[in-house]
Amino acid sequence: MAEPSSLDVLLKGSSGRNTRGLLRIVILLTVAAAAVASRLFSVIRFESIIHEFDPWFNFRATKYLVENGFYSFWDWFDDRTWHPLGRVTGGTLYPGLMVTSGVIWHVLRLLTIPVDIRNVCVMLAPGFSGLTALAMYLLTCEMSTSPSAGLLAAAFMGIAPGYISRSVAGSYDNEAIAIFLMVFTFYLWIKAVKNGSIMWGALTALFYGYMVSAWGGYVFITNIIPLHVFVLLCMGRYSSRAYIAYTTWYALGTLGSMQIPFVGFLPIRNSDHMSALGVFGLIQLVAFAEFVRGFLPGKQFQRLLTSMVLLTFGIGFAGLVLLTVSGVVAPWSGRFYSLWDTGYAKIHIPIIASVSEHQPTAWPAFFFDLNFLIWLFPAGVFMCFQSLKDEHVFVIIYAVLSSYFAGVMVRLMLTLTPIVCVAAAMALSAVLDNFLTLGKPTPPSKVNADGSKFFGSGKGPMVGIYSSISKLFVSGTITLYLLIFVAHCTWVTSNAYSSPSVVLASRMPDGSQFIIDDYREAYYWLRQNTPDNAKIMSWWDYGYQIGGMADRPTLVDNNTWNNTHIATVGKAMSSREEVSYPILRQHDVDYVLVVFGGLLGYSGDDLNKFLWMVRIAEGIWPDEVKERDFFTSRGEYRVDEEATPTMRNSLMYKMSYYNYQSLFPAGQAVDRVRGVKLPAEGPQLNTLEEAFTSENWIIRIFKVKDLDNFGRDHSNVVAFDKGLKKKRATKKKGPRVLRTE
Amino acid sequence: MPAKRNAASPASAPAASTTAPLSSGPATLKTNSSITDIAIHRILLLDAFMAFLVLVGGVQFLYCVVAGNYPFNAFLSGFSAAVGQFVLTASLRMQTSDTGATSSKPSSKGKNARFAEDEQDTGISHERAFADYIFGSLILHFFCINFIN
Repeated sequence: MAEPSSLDVLLKGSSGRNTRGLLRIVILLTVAAAAVASRLFSVIRFESIIHEFDPWFNFRATKYLVENGFYSFWDWFDDRTWHPLGRVTGGTLYPGLMVTSGVIWHVLRLLTIPVDIRNVCVMLAPGFSGLTALAMYLLTCEMSTSPSAGLLAAAFMGIAPGYISRSVAGSYDNEAIAIFLMVFTFYLWIKAVKNGSIMWGALTALFYGYMVSAWGGYVFITNIIPLHVFVLLCMGRYSSRAYIAYTTWYALGTLGSMQIPFVGFLPIRNSDHMSALGVFGLIQLVAFAEFVRGFLPGKQFQRLLTSMVLLTFGIGFAGLVLLTVSGVVAPWSGRFYSLWDTGYAKIHIPIIASVSEHQPTAWPAFFFDLNFLIWLFPAGVFMCFQSLKDEHVFVIIYAVLSSYFAGVMVRLMLTLTPIVCVAAAMALSAVLDNFLTLGKPTPPSKVNADGSKFFGSGKGPMVGIYSSISKLFVSGTITLYLLIFVAHCTWVTSNAYSSPSVVLASRMPDGSQFIIDDYREAYYWLRQNTPDNAKIMSWWDYGYQIGGMADRPTLVDNNTWNNTHIATVGKAMSSREEVSYPILRQHDVDYVLVVFGGLLGYSGDDLNKFLWMVRIAEGIWPDEVKERDFFTSRGEYRVDEEATPTMRNSLMYKMSYYNYQSLFPAGQAVDRVRGVKLPAEGPQLNTLEEAFTSENWIIRIFKVKDLDNFGRDHSNVVAFDKGLKKKRATKKKGPRVLRTE
Repeated sequence: MPAKRNAASPASAPAASTTAPLSSGPATLKTNSSITDIAIHRILLLDAFMAFLVLVGGVQFLYCVVAGNYPFNAFLSGFSAAVGQFVLTASLRMQTSDTGATSSKPSSKGKNARFAEDEQDTGISHERAFADYIFGSLILHFFCINFIN
């Protein structure tokens, strides 16, 4: 989309400065427009709808903010989630996203543009991705002297699938604005280091504060900036500019980050933030040492300095360990450990490991998300080594760290993408600059000198990189790569990242589109047919959606702040009915919601997530729930004839397959997800009754029966009822088989 | 508690007092002999202010250690106001003393001259440095007051 136009600028390198400035603005605007446009697939294909899971909470919180004002949002205690406990929502969220869209909404209203808050939320991510492209341009221009690098980087950032994956229209998540803030903070930081001015440092701190208010990933910035400074110090590159930039950023940024209630005292209590504090202390020492050195020339000084630094470092480290052990400073958070030891989460915190975006990245994903940028990336990093200024050190550190992190966790691909765009743009612009502007008589650079030698020696046909053939070849190849990149990005965006996952789409045999809207159907049923405070129990994945779409209280949701509560739900799902029913009663559960994909072949259903429920429950009640019991003696996870008794008696299994065989001729019931034939006789539910099943059976809702009026056991009641029914059934045969909806 | 309030508030008061000699700087810069005079005076003033801030921070920290840190917000904002102001003042001192009177520490570049060559060519003027300083201080104290509860 935008590549050919950025090539244009390169070709017109000799035109006047004004023309180039104008062109640059036009190109940047085009890039921003392309960035926005390529994210609109989902709106065009489906509708303006909030996607996935977390965005539904953000959307609900934004609505609350818009309706009730800022102060009640700040103090919001939400009693409609985590049912018996509630959640101090105002103090446990990152408010940046909601406040941003709230402000935009108010500004639009002020301009008398009546717009629905939902549309603001849906369009927020594409809008900010346009801004990200601009920030990327600024950042890359700080890195490279070539004017084309910035434009290329902006274009790459605009359409790289690695970033699009989290910022399509409707993906109203924290990352939507956080990536822009991150890139812009880095730009300001580089500016601050280059200029050594308090103003840039303070601006960095302000945007850092905004970033802290928007995304938990701010820890990445909190660690990478001190690391940059630390490496600079180790390289013997202490300068007053670094001192000014860093200390200003730290002093203001830390205070700024503490303004967010969710962060609070973390910056001085948590080990994640200690490196920043340590480097702050270190740079004070170094500055002081430099100051003293002005008065004390001498060789012993060097020795004094190193010993002093080592001593302080040792004392500081020992103090940190002591404080951590004694509990004053919180140890590293679990998510952090799982970054270093990929097996850690699986053993200690199954709830973190159970999230698919916390899994390690498969290597094709790098190519899928970044295409040809990924192999230009090392070249760009290598070029940073050639002119190793302060800002290039930053690029190198960022590149190394984020490539590691992206390899550990799928979702951290998001932090890798900006630096890949920077490095690839630097490499590509160097190639293009060298080849396209080579025709001048006086070769200014080294490559040109080589070329002129060729030119002079070969008198016949023009060979070497001066000839137009080689130029054509190289630029043609690169253009081809760029075009393939654009095609790839468009394809990936439209096919992989534009599904709302609330509404599913599939193809009919004749090629026409078939929309599967079971989620909204079921949530709307809940909204219409249940009392306002009916408690819904489901696995935590669906908590936010139930809260947002059905507006009913839930037991657990995607906030996952209370592992025990989630384990309780897991236990209820994975135990026998006799065990589960008391749990359901104790938690006032009125309805239980399960997702079942067996009929349609929808693989993201609860039976496939079931093992995680078992594992999480086992983490709390190792005696009552055992993962081993759900596997057959040969270690297989089966749902058919050979399923273990524990499996067949678990509430989840029963709810999923309840009445399922009635859809098929006797003994022919097939589960299309797991591709197995089910037992002829379906499970029997005693304590729950089926309340609703959506069109394609994706969502099934069961009502928890009240206690029996005669004080009988539920199984007895069912047996009794069956006895009666059997008698009646002999009288009138037909209608019982039909499922009425 | 009053001890802290007292300690925190003077931190901003002297910041205002430094304004006078600095802003009068450019007016008196005309005569050559007074340049070094004023620069030294200015640096002395900044040094005194920094020493005072160290004292303020130290007193607050001591209070925290001795008397407990009950209103932790208040302690934190008071302490970080002192630290932040110290850091900002140190930055201002570096900027003004480097570009100004022949730099008080030329030897600092002795060993690392290779890297430090392009270091000081940004040429931030005194007025700009001071404006930046005010900007930073304003943000700092806004955060502190907001945080103090």
